[in-house]
Amino acid sequence: MDFALIQTSLPALGQGLVMTLGLTAFAVPVGFCIAIPLALARLSHHRALAGFSRAFIYLFRGTPLLIQLYLIYYGLGQFRAALESVALWWFFRDALSCALLVLVLNTGAYAGEIFRGAIAGVDAGQIEAARAAGMSWFVRTRRIVLPQALRIAWPAYTNEVVFLMQATSLVSLVTVTELFRSADIIAVRTFKIYTMYLTVAAIYLMISYAIIFAFGLVERRLMRHLGPAAPGRSIHARALAILTR
Amino acid sequence: MFDLGGFGDELAWGFVLTLGVGVGALAVALAFGLAGAALKLSPRLALRFAGFVYTTVVRGIPELVLIIVLYYGVPHVAQNFMRLFIDGFRLDFNPVVTAILVIGMIYGAFMTEVLRGAFLAVPRGQLEAARAFGMSRMRTFWRIHMPQMWRFALPGIGNVWMVLIKATALVSVVGLHDILFWADRAGQSLREPFKFFFAAAVAFLVITYISERVLAVAEARAARGVRTVRR
Repeated sequence: MDFALIQTSLPALGQGLVMTLGLTAFAVPVGFCIAIPLALARLSHHRALAGFSRAFIYLFRGTPLLIQLYLIYYGLGQFRAALESVALWWFFRDALSCALLVLVLNTGAYAGEIFRGAIAGVDAGQIEAARAAGMSWFVRTRRIVLPQALRIAWPAYTNEVVFLMQATSLVSLVTVTELFRSADIIAVRTFKIYTMYLTVAAIYLMISYAIIFAFGLVERRLMRHLGPAAPGRSIHARALAILTR
Repeated sequence: MFDLGGFGDELAWGFVLTLGVGVGALAVALAFGLAGAALKLSPRLALRFAGFVYTTVVRGIPELVLIIVLYYGVPHVAQNFMRLFIDGFRLDFNPVVTAILVIGMIYGAFMTEVLRGAFLAVPRGQLEAARAFGMSRMRTFWRIHMPQMWRFALPGIGNVWMVLIKATALVSVVGLHDILFWADRAGQSLREPFKFFFAAAVAFLVITYISERVLAVAEARAARGVRTVRR
């Protein structure tokens, strides 16, 4: 390990880190906003709506993220003339916008599947009671179903967010300079390959832990009706338990 | 279906390599998973800690980083280790074998958790009864514990397989000639990247679709001895 090199490359790694965190911070909330309608559509009695959601989730969960990235960034170049004619080429020409689009759709599909299971897991009596109280579909979904589904989904959703953060390393392959690529550039230039790779590996490990820890705090708040957290288990212990689940 | 411009056979070979790496890595992952589960279920603290470090570190680092580090690192470390005993030892690792080992090692960590849970899910009474019948510990493990564990492990193994087969697409990054590598080549030389990446995506959809079906049958078969009650 070359600690002097780690020190001198910290500014570059910091820039990469900002990009990795930025990609995650953008894709997670936007993906969430896609996931909820997808999950509701998947459980809808409207056949076309359920079919669309099912196909969308199946396509994105059934193919590797790397192929999705290549398909959008490199693949759509084949239709440059058509994209230029509808004034969309600027978007698909840019690696960052393509990467964000793919990450958002991908995490939307995975989270959609998680929320589908959670919404289906909400106790039937709760929905019947909401109906009996005269709530419309919109009101009972917003007030009764989604808050409870969020509790059920939270641990699995935490995992999905960690996987998404790790998956952002793949956008280095479509030339976006995030954490891994910023380390890779230095590694190739200095031949200190293991120093750089093991450093980014350690940074990723720390971000994974930080995400799990932050989501654990939210989980504690979501579960506050259950009283104090299980005795003898700190939030660190629970974070580690999720990481090793 | 559509014209692959003479790249059909390369894509087919790439498909075979993808499947081969996937199936081989699944076997390696099962072996690592069994070893990892044994570590985590061990009464010794040191062994449990080793299992904990393995699963925590692997799960906290992106697959791409792990694949690149391990793909170039494992042969290097193995060679240096052998050089402690044999002077000037040279190890020529087959890239495909290395990729299988590396992906197997990564998903072994996920498999560890699946198998650990499954071993714990087997009712204790089954094991106590076997011991009461005078079966040795080994015989109890092979005849009673292991066969019943599979029923609980199958859904989890299925999930690991689905993620693992998609992760094999990353071996194209370290230069293996899998389906994504050939799709990239063909797309570049014929200037039709979308068509060939699309074909690769369809190939993965076919694999995941067939896997889902096979898993449903396997799960039903593993549960054939379980009494079902109409609710």
